[in-house]
Amino acid sequence: MSASAPIPPTRRRKSPPGEAQVCLTALGLTLGVSMITGLLLLILVRGVTVFWPQRVTEFTLRDGAGSAVQGNATVAGEIVRTQQRRDGGGEEVQVHIGNKDVHGFNFHWLQSADIVSRSLPPDLIALERLEYGDAFVRPLALVTEGSVPLAATDPEFRPRLAAAVHQAENVRDQIEEIEKDEIGAINRRLAKLELSQKTSPQPGDPGKKAALQADYETLAARARELRATLASPSLQYRLSTGDEKTVTAGEIVRFYYPNELGLAGRIRLFFERIWEFLSEDPREANTEGGIFPAIFGTFVMTVLMSLLVTPLGVIAAIYLREYATQGAVVRIVRICVNNLAGVPSIVFGVFGLGFFVYVLGSKVDQTFFSSALPTPTFGTGGILWASLTLALLTLPVVIVATEEALAAVPRGVREAALACGASKWQMIQRVVLPSAGPGVLTGVILSMARGAGEVAPLMLVGVVKLAPSLPIDGLFPFVHPERKFMHLGFHIYDLGFQSPDSEAAKPMVFATTLLLIALVVVMNLTAIIIRNHLRKKYAASTF
Amino acid sequence: MVEVRDFSFYYGAKQALHRINLRIPEMQVTAFIGPSGCGKTTLLRNLNRMNDLIDGIRHEGDILLDGTSLYDPSVEVISLRKRVGMVFQKYNPFPKSIYENIVFSLRVAGRNRKSELDEVVERSLRSAALWDEVKDRVHESAYGLSGGQQQRLCIARAIANRPQILLMDEPCAALDPVATLKIEELMHELKKEFTIVIVTHNMNQATRVSDRTAFFYMGTLIEYDRTADLFSRPREKQTEAYISGLFS
Repeated sequence: MSASAPIPPTRRRKSPPGEAQVCLTALGLTLGVSMITGLLLLILVRGVTVFWPQRVTEFTLRDGAGSAVQGNATVAGEIVRTQQRRDGGGEEVQVHIGNKDVHGFNFHWLQSADIVSRSLPPDLIALERLEYGDAFVRPLALVTEGSVPLAATDPEFRPRLAAAVHQAENVRDQIEEIEKDEIGAINRRLAKLELSQKTSPQPGDPGKKAALQADYETLAARARELRATLASPSLQYRLSTGDEKTVTAGEIVRFYYPNELGLAGRIRLFFERIWEFLSEDPREANTEGGIFPAIFGTFVMTVLMSLLVTPLGVIAAIYLREYATQGAVVRIVRICVNNLAGVPSIVFGVFGLGFFVYVLGSKVDQTFFSSALPTPTFGTGGILWASLTLALLTLPVVIVATEEALAAVPRGVREAALACGASKWQMIQRVVLPSAGPGVLTGVILSMARGAGEVAPLMLVGVVKLAPSLPIDGLFPFVHPERKFMHLGFHIYDLGFQSPDSEAAKPMVFATTLLLIALVVVMNLTAIIIRNHLRKKYAASTF
Repeated sequence: MVEVRDFSFYYGAKQALHRINLRIPEMQVTAFIGPSGCGKTTLLRNLNRMNDLIDGIRHEGDILLDGTSLYDPSVEVISLRKRVGMVFQKYNPFPKSIYENIVFSLRVAGRNRKSELDEVVERSLRSAALWDEVKDRVHESAYGLSGGQQQRLCIARAIANRPQILLMDEPCAALDPVATLKIEELMHELKKEFTIVIVTHNMNQATRVSDRTAFFYMGTLIEYDRTADLFSRPREKQTEAYISGLFS
């Protein structure tokens, strides 16, 4: 080849090398983002529309229609969805017909071919009841004992019914207060008295017990009296299918005229229902009512878990990074800690049950609550053990994040602290830890996000379908770490897969999911705001 | 007064200092100069035993502070560092307020009386010529200050606990000429109260601020004399070559 050989022309490229890969990265990100937004949107839409009041349609069916409800030609209910039949036999409509006490089911499929006409009768009333869920009916009269029944057409009817429902609600609240708080307190005092009599040889004061019994009787009698007032007045109504029924005002949670409601009324009802969902206890095997105990349980458990995991993780990380001689042993320990994060969470649940509940819990019971045995106090699942189990589960996250944060503290400030005459501990405590604070909080945020959504281990160490009381309440000593609790994650599972009426529970599943996400977001946001505040306080120097 | 006697120092197998002999007089500024890696910073960091942090170090010979060996088992490294303050090359205030930065050395010593701390803050900031600039915001973050102010804050912090000796490891290396000038002026004031040892790469700075200068090369003390004499009539060829800029 001669030295003067011409340089071969380079092949022209349409784009610089590697552009194709850039496309791939963009594609990956787009895919991820759209999947997440899709998921969130689905949950948001399905979760929020649950609370929006629907119109109630009355269907008239042709004679002898196969899809009629118990042979009746008319039926009323909220339309859930309309779809093509899989077997190609035309369209079908799913209707929430309610009135489970009469029909035995809540949802029904109507064949479009059977439907002769649809109407939105304004006199239809929707009842939300304490039992058997919703009812879509025509009111007939309000019956009060010892007076003339008030016809539904009377202008006085609606305010009188509203007043009766409101009055019944107050009475129910009073009964609950008596039964839960006052009688509960007497029961606890009685149990305590009996325990002390069991343990001490000399007989206790019999008068004390008798006095408590008498108190109990008075309260129980008052509750009985109040309960009796709930029997009247009652509402007579007729179903679209023709059956006539009566319900006491005490059984009605709320009533409204779904086809008369204007936009403002619907919006008010919408927010009323959301508030009820957030603040009330569940009813009807959790498919109705609110989920306040689950929200509260999840919140308390997550906070308790963070309080347990943060000091533990930070202390472990300080030793690992600052004090331990960096060598083979520390390297192995670090690998083990990192791998701990990959252990399936159910394994932690089994450990929590086997160690915390059975070993630690029964030891605590034997030492401090021996008089209550064989009834376990701490020797059974509870919020403390659940939080500890989750703290263990999320410990690696905090340790790793704290170690990174400690390593990132510049050598300069460490040396400056030592040069000022600080001991190593003073240096760590006063200079290194505050600088590492935001990094530590990042670890706590990650662990909270992981812990709040964990369900599997909790099922073994203290979560229940329905907890009778909250882990924190007004009763001394206010915090009850031994109590079982409800959890949003478990609630979702329970609603969706353990409920007798899964169709009725479906909207609640979405609403609860939305709430779980919202709760995690709110708690994370709080931690992030604290972290940003710290960051600003210790803002890194710039030129 | 500091006396370095036959002092050799090793990082693992590598010898960084070879039998150094040196007496640092009180209430004067002594400058250590020399090319990078000559051992001047190593010697400085041995004066408050900052090198203890490094694994695998070893020394021979001795360093005496007022007649007592720094390495005497009865000497606590924490109390030593209270007597020998230090200012670093890159200004390194703590992520705290200006006030808390200065009182840090008092707080770690368990002195928390408010009136005393207030007094120390004002005195130290005045000594570091920073009081007028920051007196209205001593409770704000130290990171809000400019680079030169942060370095002067570090000086104020180092002198807050009234050490005998102040070590300065290239204190102006990260600063602009104006800030450098301020620190140099400050040193003239500070030497009335403290014995100062400064490591510097800048020979002009050594001539401007120091009373005595030690020239190090390859871990050996080549020449140590009054600054004026060393720069005008160096006795050693290596010193002359270095100060005239033949190598660095």
